[in-house]
Amino acid sequence: MLKLLANALLRGPVTEKAPDPDGEALAELARRLRGAAQARLGRSLSIREVDAGSCNGCELEIHALGNPVYDLERFGIRFVASPRHADVLLVTGPVTLNMAEALERTWRATPGPKWVVALGDCAIDGGCFAGSYAVAGGVDKILPVDLRIKGCPPRPAEILAGLLALLATAEGRR
Amino acid sequence: MDQPGSTLLQFFADQAATAVPAHRPWPRYELTEPGWRALRAALGANPSWELLDLWAEPGLVHAALRDGDTGAVAVATLGCPGGAYPALGGARPGAIRMERAARDLYGLDAADAEDRRGWIDHGRWPSGGDHAKPPYRFLPVEGESLHVVPVGPVHAGIIEPGHFRFTASGETVVRLEERLGYVHKGTEGLMAGRTPREAARLASRVSGDSAVAHSLAFALAVENALGIEAPPRARWLRALMAELERVANHLGDVGAICNDVSFALLHAECGVLREQVLRAADAAFGHRLMMDRVVPGGIARDIDPDALPAVAALVEALRARVPYLMQIYDAKSSIQDRTVTTGIVPLALVRLFAAGGFVGRAAGRDFDARRHHPYAPYDALTFEVPTLREGDVNARLWIRVREIGQSLDLIDQILEALPDGPIAVDLPPGAGEGASMVEGFRGEVFCSVRIGEDGAILRARPRDPSWLQWPLLEAAIKDNIIADFPVCNKSFNCSYSGQDL
Ligand code: SF4
Repeated sequence: MLKLLANALLRGPVTEKAPDPDGEALAELARRLRGAAQARLGRSLSIREVDAGSCNGCELEIHALGNPVYDLERFGIRFVASPRHADVLLVTGPVTLNMAEALERTWRATPGPKWVVALGDCAIDGGCFAGSYAVAGGVDKILPVDLRIKGCPPRPAEILAGLLALLATAEGRR
Repeated sequence: MDQPGSTLLQFFADQAATAVPAHRPWPRYELTEPGWRALRAALGANPSWELLDLWAEPGLVHAALRDGDTGAVAVATLGCPGGAYPALGGARPGAIRMERAARDLYGLDAADAEDRRGWIDHGRWPSGGDHAKPPYRFLPVEGESLHVVPVGPVHAGIIEPGHFRFTASGETVVRLEERLGYVHKGTEGLMAGRTPREAARLASRVSGDSAVAHSLAFALAVENALGIEAPPRARWLRALMAELERVANHLGDVGAICNDVSFALLHAECGVLREQVLRAADAAFGHRLMMDRVVPGGIARDIDPDALPAVAALVEALRARVPYLMQIYDAKSSIQDRTVTTGIVPLALVRLFAAGGFVGRAAGRDFDARRHHPYAPYDALTFEVPTLREGDVNARLWIRVREIGQSLDLIDQILEALPDGPIAVDLPPGAGEGASMVEGFRGEVFCSVRIGEDGAILRARPRDPSWLQWPLLEAAIKDNIIADFPVCNKSFNCSYSGQDL
């Protein structure tokens, strides 16, 4: 194991350069946030992830953000266990009717100011599950959505770009 | 391995059951109600018969069975004009949740079932308005100084939602009761009425981590139903995707298990390796999880020839790196302390539930669909099916590690002998019905499909291996401490979406 650690030091980090914040996402956020409560977050975001009926594909790519290649935490963005510690709810899935109440209660447990990110095509409009008797058909049917990240699932770099846009906006840089 | 004249098939012959014409590749028999009761008695008398699946459609209930001695597979069907059928859950407990789901979704009642609670229907669908659900009753627990710890549906980590109710005596779990169904999306309902090509998109998303396994099982079931075969090149590239998916998931699971015993280093290392596999998949097939690449009739796009060297290099890199990382795992008594003898599932239970994948093989159940019901190209490839006896977290981890090695060998063989030619054929018009079994990373996916005269899906049933593994997690955690639940759970890594559908 010492060898591994030594090699890791010599090799340097595998972490890649950050993508640019997603331009489209920035525009969407600027419209919604209207300057209110921007400076509150400082340089960090605490995210509570809620799976509201995903196929688990989106979760796999959110997980990937934590690996050393993307290393999400270097941006001050971290996932927290409780909604009470969260600034952002990152929601996946078409919102099944069986999860709608749990999602709403999680949102109510999150202190303001708070943001809701709909991650993946399902969360945006139900995706390929739209029209089913068992889904609401998108996060905005239940909660106000501040940011949408497209893809099925979005690639980790795309998720990262979206979250960086949120951070940039929340820092009041733009 | 599917030899005729076996005991299970003899049963249907003795019943003089009507064989449905052209159900491929395994027969389907229509039973009378006395015949179905006889089946239940025969299950009691033949412990080697395995229940693969139980599902319904309006007025019909089906059970897929496998004779563990001969390898014969057959589907039994019972018409239920009165809306009820004799329960099989008493003979094969794996059927209990399936029967509860069939009642919720198709209104067919497993008449003499002991557990009559709902499963998937939480009383929140508009269509359920007229039979408003009573509040869910968890199983009663009685005893001195027991306390109950309810968890979920929203969990602390980035995982799918479900509710776990632990009853503990001090630190020790005396019972875990799972409640699932939260991510029910109506996937099977959405597949009905669509063409096989359209429905394949949903098959890819039954469980995102098994996108290849489920889309392959669905494609094979459709091809069997229509009596066609995908071209050789497509079949070999499907296997390449399936093995990449297996390696990626196993790496993710090994890392996650190490993370849950607080060994972050291996989690990070496995995360990097997993990322490399997904990038190779992306380069080769244009999607990291390879969704929508396997379609009925073949594959949607050929491999990018420029990516071939990258895939070969990946195999080489993993072949060196994984054993090295496992040396570290092996040398850390602090990890072993948490994984060895934790969460044991005995072989008898695994057999009773016919639980597949690493859950079954870690306890000694030697079953792998690639070996026991081979589909091309696995009949032409050399590989081993590792099994262990211990049935604990450590054994489930090691099965994965050994399977990574086997998959790397398979990828080598596939790259070496990859045939040229077309990658898809058109689907012929017309009706048909068929089934398939595909070894996904967590076990065998069993898929059953019926297509109508107009070419649209009448009923598609993708049965994720999780159906038969979730109940065993309840057994695995019993008498362990609550703090060991996360690592037990990771060592199973059952799919919520795959069982809730
Ligand atoms: S957007 Fe795609 S990957 Fe994400 S949950 Fe929906 S179907 Fe799965």
